[in-house]
Amino acid sequence: MEQFEVTLAGFGGQGIMTAGQLLAYSGMKAGKKVVWLPSYGPEMRGGTAYCTVVISDQNIGSPVINNPYCICVFNRPSFDKFEPRVKPNGILIVNSSLINVSSQRKDITQLLIPANDIALKAGNVKTANIIILGALIGASKVLDLKIVKEIVKEKMSKKKELLDLNLKVLKQGYDLAIEELSQKEKV
Amino acid sequence: MLFGAASTGKRVFTTSSSPGISLMQEAISYMAGAQLPVVIVNIMRGGPGLGGILPAQSDYFQSTKGGGHGDYRLLVLAPSSIQEAVDLMMLSFHLADKYRNPVMMIGDGMIGQMMEPVEFPDKYEEPELPPKTWAATGAKGRPAHIIKSLFLDPIALDKNSWILHEKYERMKKEEIRFELYNHSPKNEIMLIAYGTMARICQTAIDALKQEGISIGLFRPITLFPFPEKQIYKEATKENIRELLVVEMSTAQMFEDVERAVYGKKKVNFFGRTGGIVPPPEEVMEHVKMLLNKKSKDKKKA
Amino acid sequence: MEQDTKTIFSRPEALRDTVTHYCPGCTHGITHRIVAEVLDSLGVREKTLGVAPVGCSVFIYNYIDTDFLEAPHGRAPALATGFKRLRPDMVVFTYQGDGDLASIGMAEIIHAANRGEKITVIFINNAIYGMTGGQMAPTTISGQVTTTCPFGRDIAQTGYPIRMVELLSALGTPMYLERVTVNSPQQIIKTKRAIKKAFQYQLEGRCFSLVEVLSTCPTNWGLIPLEATKWLEDNMIPNYPLGCFKTPDDAESNHGTV
Repeated sequence: MEQFEVTLAGFGGQGIMTAGQLLAYSGMKAGKKVVWLPSYGPEMRGGTAYCTVVISDQNIGSPVINNPYCICVFNRPSFDKFEPRVKPNGILIVNSSLINVSSQRKDITQLLIPANDIALKAGNVKTANIIILGALIGASKVLDLKIVKEIVKEKMSKKKELLDLNLKVLKQGYDLAIEELSQKEKV
Repeated sequence: MLFGAASTGKRVFTTSSSPGISLMQEAISYMAGAQLPVVIVNIMRGGPGLGGILPAQSDYFQSTKGGGHGDYRLLVLAPSSIQEAVDLMMLSFHLADKYRNPVMMIGDGMIGQMMEPVEFPDKYEEPELPPKTWAATGAKGRPAHIIKSLFLDPIALDKNSWILHEKYERMKKEEIRFELYNHSPKNEIMLIAYGTMARICQTAIDALKQEGISIGLFRPITLFPFPEKQIYKEATKENIRELLVVEMSTAQMFEDVERAVYGKKKVNFFGRTGGIVPPPEEVMEHVKMLLNKKSKDKKKA
Repeated sequence: MEQDTKTIFSRPEALRDTVTHYCPGCTHGITHRIVAEVLDSLGVREKTLGVAPVGCSVFIYNYIDTDFLEAPHGRAPALATGFKRLRPDMVVFTYQGDGDLASIGMAEIIHAANRGEKITVIFINNAIYGMTGGQMAPTTISGQVTTTCPFGRDIAQTGYPIRMVELLSALGTPMYLERVTVNSPQQIIKTKRAIKKAFQYQLEGRCFSLVEVLSTCPTNWGLIPLEATKWLEDNMIPNYPLGCFKTPDDAESNHGTV
């Protein structure tokens, strides 16, 4: 496997860091080299938050990635900032519940995932990050979904109902991404 | 607090980020004078003053040249990954005891915030150290131990300063650590960087290799003692034409590199500050600029 | 119609028209406004110097429209002293949180007060470190949970919360000390009165003045703003009694000076 890089971006409270960490732990479980690098600012609330995860078979050099292969944006400011940075032939995953625009770039694959809507329907808006994580796995196939599920079980087992919900929406996000991709291929 | 805790003979450490370390300089000077083994971690942020809170490497001078007042040095270690931070942490306690001197580990916000998988050894093996006969444990049946840095008699102070100096000279002989990356007789340029910046340089080197450009990296792991002779040896190899020091500061380690190569090779500098971590692309750009400049020079000649 | 309308409420001249960086429900904004209103009412904005602390309110200079110095952590009273001694004609105030004033800046505040520096200190006590993410402060009350005392502050390990105005009132030097809060309109009016008095004492060249404002930090207390106000009433006020602790007119405040 070549090096896989993803940046997740949104505002504080959307579970950006958690989703990134779950991915990093999953990579680790799969026996890969991983790095998880957060961004941080002095404001406690309302600031933008993003983190970068690198997964590779080789030792990882720079944790700073200007143009990651995959970017998941959770809100509009993040879309504006990161959309131009997706590596050509890379993947952009857009939380279309909160972002009413889409990328005009022809050199990337774009997936519009209404994560907040799905999460609300499933019963808890806070699971939007897990839906995006599922979509990220589905679209990139960077790791086996099974491993991610195991990690979610390990790390989020405190509340049984919430865990079940998270596992459900993880799969939903995953399936949605695969479905979207196959439709794109048909077109 | 660290002064008091270390005087018990137990292993102690503290950690802070640049402005907090500045506050500690008074006590660090006292601890160096009193020859106390302590470990201090500085996760550097941008300065001077309050500066910013993002990653920087701008406390190089403060760490390697003493920091507080008086004739002393710290043994300074600079990890470039979390695993190395773990390994060097264990080593730093050993070195502090070995030399009875404060050891400082410096990292930046990247090392401080990043998560990577690490492995801890089941058992930490370390060479045996002499017992801490100097510790303050209560003067029962022995003369009192006075842990101090005050020597009003100039002859006594002179003696203490030379005892310290001797330790620093011994460190220079025994403790220098560094790593070479992608060294080959094809290289015309050698990068020099430490900590996070060195990792970024490695990625730049790998990417340049894909483009058919081969350059190497010299990564000091100990910043004091500084690997002067080793840099001189690598830099003065015939194939190396110029050096490029890359730092997240305004050319601090650069001065030590210049001193090390003794004017034999041109030393260039590239750096960003204020919490900007230059991505590999920027390093590559600078390397290419140097190479282009040289091919132009060649044509002129 | 136009003749009948008149402005009865507007932004104080000393307060800038800008977007706040404070969290929702944070009471810094109220106290900033009170300081600005007082500076306006005394007509001293253009001859006032503020000294900003380290902490959330380091950015006070983005809100209050006077000259400002940004002090090293806890050293605001020292900077204020140096400035005021050379420019006694100017009005000098510091605005410091509890992490700044009662911890790292303890020496500076006690000696500035004891020297009777003719400065005004606005001391914001919210029982926690705000900017750095909710760590225990010297003013954190017994049993209060913070990131560095997740099982609640243990007074056996870390001592009792420090009551600054009580501590300073033990000094013989005449000074003005009052503790107020901003949890309700009545209290806000009282706070404004106290802060105005503090500046007046300085303008009269009489004494050092400090007003401690019990404040909320909903974000780091983990409470919604209304709950935070309730928490302040139930937990902070019993630990930190409100009221005036000392004025320069108190006979006993001159003890030791005879």
